Amino acid sequence: MISIKPNRAGRSLRRSATQDIKGRTIELLLLLCGISSVCAIFLIIIFIFAEGLPFLIQAGPNFLISSVWQPTDNFADGLWGIFPIIIGSLLVTVGAVAIGTPLGVACAIFLAEIAPAPVRRILVPSVNALAGVPSVVYGFFGLLVVVPWIRGQFGGFGTSVLASWLILFIMILPTIISISTDSIRAVPKEFKEGSLAIGATHWQTIRSVLVPAASSGIIASVILGMGRAIGETMAVLMVAGNSITIPNSIFAPTSTLTAQIALEMGYATGAHREALFAMGIVLFAFIMILTGLANLASRRRIAY
Amino acid sequence: MDIATKTSVEISVKSLNLWFGKFQALKNINIGIQKNQVTALIGPSGCGKSTFIKTLDRMNDLVDNVKITGEVVYQGRNILDSDTDVVELRKQIGMVFQKPNPFPKSIFDNVAYGPRVHGVRKKQNLNEVVERSLKAAALWEEVKDRLNESALRLSGGQQQRLCIARLLAVEPDVLLMDEPASALDPIATSKIEDLIYELKNDYTIIIVTHNMQQAGRVATNTAFFYLGELVEYAPTIDLFERPQDKRTEDYVTGKFG
Repeated sequence: MISIKPNRAGRSLRRSATQDIKGRTIELLLLLCGISSVCAIFLIIIFIFAEGLPFLIQAGPNFLISSVWQPTDNFADGLWGIFPIIIGSLLVTVGAVAIGTPLGVACAIFLAEIAPAPVRRILVPSVNALAGVPSVVYGFFGLLVVVPWIRGQFGGFGTSVLASWLILFIMILPTIISISTDSIRAVPKEFKEGSLAIGATHWQTIRSVLVPAASSGIIASVILGMGRAIGETMAVLMVAGNSITIPNSIFAPTSTLTAQIALEMGYATGAHREALFAMGIVLFAFIMILTGLANLASRRRIAY
Repeated sequence: MDIATKTSVEISVKSLNLWFGKFQALKNINIGIQKNQVTALIGPSGCGKSTFIKTLDRMNDLVDNVKITGEVVYQGRNILDSDTDVVELRKQIGMVFQKPNPFPKSIFDNVAYGPRVHGVRKKQNLNEVVERSLKAAALWEEVKDRLNESALRLSGGQQQRLCIARLLAVEPDVLLMDEPASALDPIATSKIEDLIYELKNDYTIIIVTHNMQQAGRVATNTAFFYLGELVEYAPTIDLFERPQDKRTEDYVTGKFG
């Protein structure tokens, strides 16, 4: 038998100074890492607000509610209404979430409860792969497949609200599916047994016990998907048509806050540049609201 | 064994074998469960008693890689047959688990769950069923003023009686109880035992227990399981006082456990 006891011979139980220093150094390093990531988010916030807030104050509520966007280098010559862009952003997001939620939740239920293990082994990595595809590739797919299809079926340019929906809902599926699947699988198996043991069918058990018990996670997944949709830039920019008007049908082109910032930032100077930062603040506000809602939803979880 | 020959047998098990993968968890079990009596299953951990009662309402279907041979005859048919309607079976043979598992819903909705999934919709009928079931489970007086509170706020013993009420609401004929009091304190345990004693007038009850005193207090008949075998099955008094098998004697006298 090997013993490590002899190695301990002559050691005192008193902590050594080097051990102390080593431990403290590691703690300090970890603390610095933690602080730096928090600093990053605060620096971004400060930066955006420093650049955009003066403009936002100058333009006032008109910035949000008037409809004409004619940016120029100085404030007095331009028209600064981003209402159609806000509407575009919300429309695109809400539509994508409306399509993606039922599909994603259904897929999560299938993966968590119904799919046999071999099917799950294929589907779960596929869903994860979906999350890893760069958004420009989605945009490219939209431009080559979805947009021509809409043009052929319904006329018009093809670049439209509908095209944005069809691309974006696929992009938010992995978020909804993976978080919903996890939260359904996290429901204690005793609930499922309890339901089956009094003669409920599998489907009744899913509908009346598992999904309600997982509801906070499912809601959080949808809100995070919404955050992803409203923040998505490249794919939407490629298929939405980027027209700053309130679309009169789902086949009409539209624009979003992110796409417009990305398109104009390259050549914007002066007041125009500040206006884009102000748009960034608006976007930031939307995303903070969504994140807050997601936190509320997941905190509402019943303790079991 | 003389019990099996009596007329009022509710469930008759013949040559039951069960494997999890290559491990044989039940070996050639033959037993007749008497109607409207309490039957206790005792034995050390891992002896197959829980696996056995889960076979009776096909809850083992949830486990992968299970192979079962033999017969479990209930209402004239072998319920192990693949064409058995397990949903209907579980309405008639219901189960209470070791750990109380109320749903994260209100007390009312927990009890009304079974009737609802079986098609009862009228509020008035549901009210009646909930009240009757809670009374039968000796919980009504404690919860009648807070039926809309979350069931998870009840104490462990109350939760377990709620689970029994939830089961009674489906009006089963047989109650399977898998160590229903093992997670509870002595006072809650004695309430559950009193309840079991009451319920046997209307139900056939099979209870798995680690606790031999408990078996002695509530059960008419007791079966001793050891390493997947049914070693001895007899009226409870006989099994404890005049065990026929050496292994039973060693277990009930506390030589191992």
